Amino acid sequence: MTFEIPRETNPGKIVEVTIGATAAQGGTRSRSVTIGGSTALPFHFFEGHQPHRPVVAIEVFDKVPAKYPDSLREYYQDVLDKPGEMARRCVADFGAEMVSVRLEGTHPEKGNRSAEEAVEVVKDVLAAVEVPLIITGHSHFEKNNEVMKKVCEATAGENCLINFVETNNYKTIAAACLAYHHTLVAQTPIDVNLAKQLNILLGDMNFPQNRLVMDPLTGALGYGLEYSYSIMERIRNDGLAGDRMLAFPMLITPGPECAKVKEARAVEKDYPQWGDERRRGAYWEIATAMSLLIAGADLLIMDHPRAVEVVQKQIGEMFHSKEEGDHGALRT
Amino acid sequence: MALSGLDIFKLLPKTNCGDCGVPTCMAFAMKIAQKKAELSSCPHASEEAKAALGAASEPPVRLVKIGGGNGLEVGGETVLFRHEKTFFHPAGIGLEIRTSQQEDKSLEHIRQLEGYQADRVGEVLKANLFFISHDSTDKAAFLRTISLIKANTTKGLVIDCPQEEALTEGLELLRNDRPAIYLRKPLTDHDIEIAKSFGASLVITSSSYQDLAEQTEKARQAGLTNLILNCQGTGLGGAIQDNAVLRRSALKKSYKPFGFPLFTRIADGDGFETLAASAALLCKYASVIILPRFDKALLYTLFTLRQSIYTDPQKPIQVDPKVYAIGDPTPDSPVFVTTNFSLTYFIVSGEIENSGTSAHLVVCDTEGQSVLTAWAAGKFVPEKIAKFIKDIKLEEKIKTRKIVIPGFVAQISGELEEKLPGWEVIVGCQEAADIPSFVKSVNLV
Repeated sequence: MTFEIPRETNPGKIVEVTIGATAAQGGTRSRSVTIGGSTALPFHFFEGHQPHRPVVAIEVFDKVPAKYPDSLREYYQDVLDKPGEMARRCVADFGAEMVSVRLEGTHPEKGNRSAEEAVEVVKDVLAAVEVPLIITGHSHFEKNNEVMKKVCEATAGENCLINFVETNNYKTIAAACLAYHHTLVAQTPIDVNLAKQLNILLGDMNFPQNRLVMDPLTGALGYGLEYSYSIMERIRNDGLAGDRMLAFPMLITPGPECAKVKEARAVEKDYPQWGDERRRGAYWEIATAMSLLIAGADLLIMDHPRAVEVVQKQIGEMFHSKEEGDHGALRT
Repeated sequence: MALSGLDIFKLLPKTNCGDCGVPTCMAFAMKIAQKKAELSSCPHASEEAKAALGAASEPPVRLVKIGGGNGLEVGGETVLFRHEKTFFHPAGIGLEIRTSQQEDKSLEHIRQLEGYQADRVGEVLKANLFFISHDSTDKAAFLRTISLIKANTTKGLVIDCPQEEALTEGLELLRNDRPAIYLRKPLTDHDIEIAKSFGASLVITSSSYQDLAEQTEKARQAGLTNLILNCQGTGLGGAIQDNAVLRRSALKKSYKPFGFPLFTRIADGDGFETLAASAALLCKYASVIILPRFDKALLYTLFTLRQSIYTDPQKPIQVDPKVYAIGDPTPDSPVFVTTNFSLTYFIVSGEIENSGTSAHLVVCDTEGQSVLTAWAAGKFVPEKIAKFIKDIKLEEKIKTRKIVIPGFVAQISGELEEKLPGWEVIVGCQEAADIPSFVKSVNLV
């Protein structure tokens, strides 16, 4: 039986989204980052294109998260409360391609920092690094809207990725992104239809397609990963099959999700079968990231420097077969 | 590929003789298509019909067993994406033992893996296989390693031994153990003979699809069906594409030479890279994954991923309905109630823990449904919650008489108070993430 490679061509193409703006583009970044553009399932170079590598961002904070894991403190302890310095370390030492500034401290119950303080933090990070930024807010609608509006205005032209809007609270922030030229994350809770609906709502506001990234919500390994995995596979399949309202790059957040998981940080002394906690902290994040890359992730927010290094290396490995054209077996 | 009732009807005698027990050939064909009858019930079926139906009923990906007794079964998959149905047979995970290493080292590794198991959400997680890599020229060392494994474990065995004589003698030690033989070189008639006489399965390897297909065809024609495929593309990118190509050919094109489970051996590296490659390939159809070294944290992480990916998407993972102690609660600590959908439990218990409060978490049996779904389905309603609290004799164990219900079912608070005399029902927050602030703002005891 002569073998023929079963190539499938898809009518759809994932939208290409560029984040960050160089001086020529009206910002101050040394370069911008482009994600999306795929015409085939992730890493299926034998049947389509994936023009851009998935990109890894590391996060910094306006306020150190409660219960920040020890396995991360050893890398960041001295700069945890200095977001600019921490960002510099993330980029210079740990290879972050973008930096996510989490403004959790503006939440009324988690510090209630003012919008002005948030703007200072973001400006501090903008000045410290030259990579594009993700600005991550929270779910307290009223306060988040106030903060994000100010941040969007203060960073006008930088084309930050504003993370995130949700179905019950999208208009104010989306309008600010439009006015000050930023890119936007549409977040929905692990559901294909809700994801599509929010993208349609944003479309109704004439929000440009090439400035939209989806976050179908990440469940950490063991804590809902299988739901995220399958929803992302379905979204990517539908997007490639031609559903334009699902054909956007996807954001995942293995770092912050795994940082909350007890199994990723409990010490071996208490749970001998779980093994060395210093490795396990990174392992948990790696397994979450690698599986969701297979499901279609285009942009990853991570925490653990070892996990970042290895995931970037493996993304390179997976892209290697693209660069050398068809690999050995595919030439048959 | 499954045949339709009409396709099958065309193959039948069309005499409506009724000898099969069904009045007409058409009705019989329909029953076969629905897998409610078998062609063997028809005494008049032609050889041609038997051949056509036989080929059609062959599973698209063979179920292959490694090891005797309760050996490992892999393959038997029917879909490319778990959301289309489910993945049925969790990948076998094994450890490589090299015959060039010191014997006491080998024994240590064998005992470590054999002794390793962990409980997670009601499942026992453990490894399934050993992979003997004969990387020296010392036949005695190879045979001793086999004896060590035989004496210390009942797990399945895959053998990579390029020396014919050593292999045959090794297999003699493993009669009835049904190991798998990993072939470094193209399949030979001798390999087929050995596989048949020892009841062994074969791992067929190649770096070319066409060559892999030809080898598999050769084995199939010789009557071997216990085959596992290992396409040796370049690096992780090659392996992922190979697995995608092979599995898609089997499932979408009914390409029989590739209708077998897929084998992956992870190159030695530091644990981080090993895990990353294993995780990606576990998602992309690897049926057997051989790890280069023993590492508890890596095994626990990979087993958890295997458990996740091989969960039936239509059957939510459930936790046992009971009262869970979060932190270090006393009889005066707060009481929360929720459903036994595993995610709900994990998120709620995690956020209570995050709040720094010790509490009793009452987890009701809702057949794995989440709060709103269970409420809508009548499984998380006052009557059932109250009955559960009585059944587990909660009132005898704790003194608290306030109970926090999820904010999404605020409407049941009045009725629950009626059903639970002496208790005050407190409506909690809607999102688990808000539990830490909720705990601070409300007096729960």
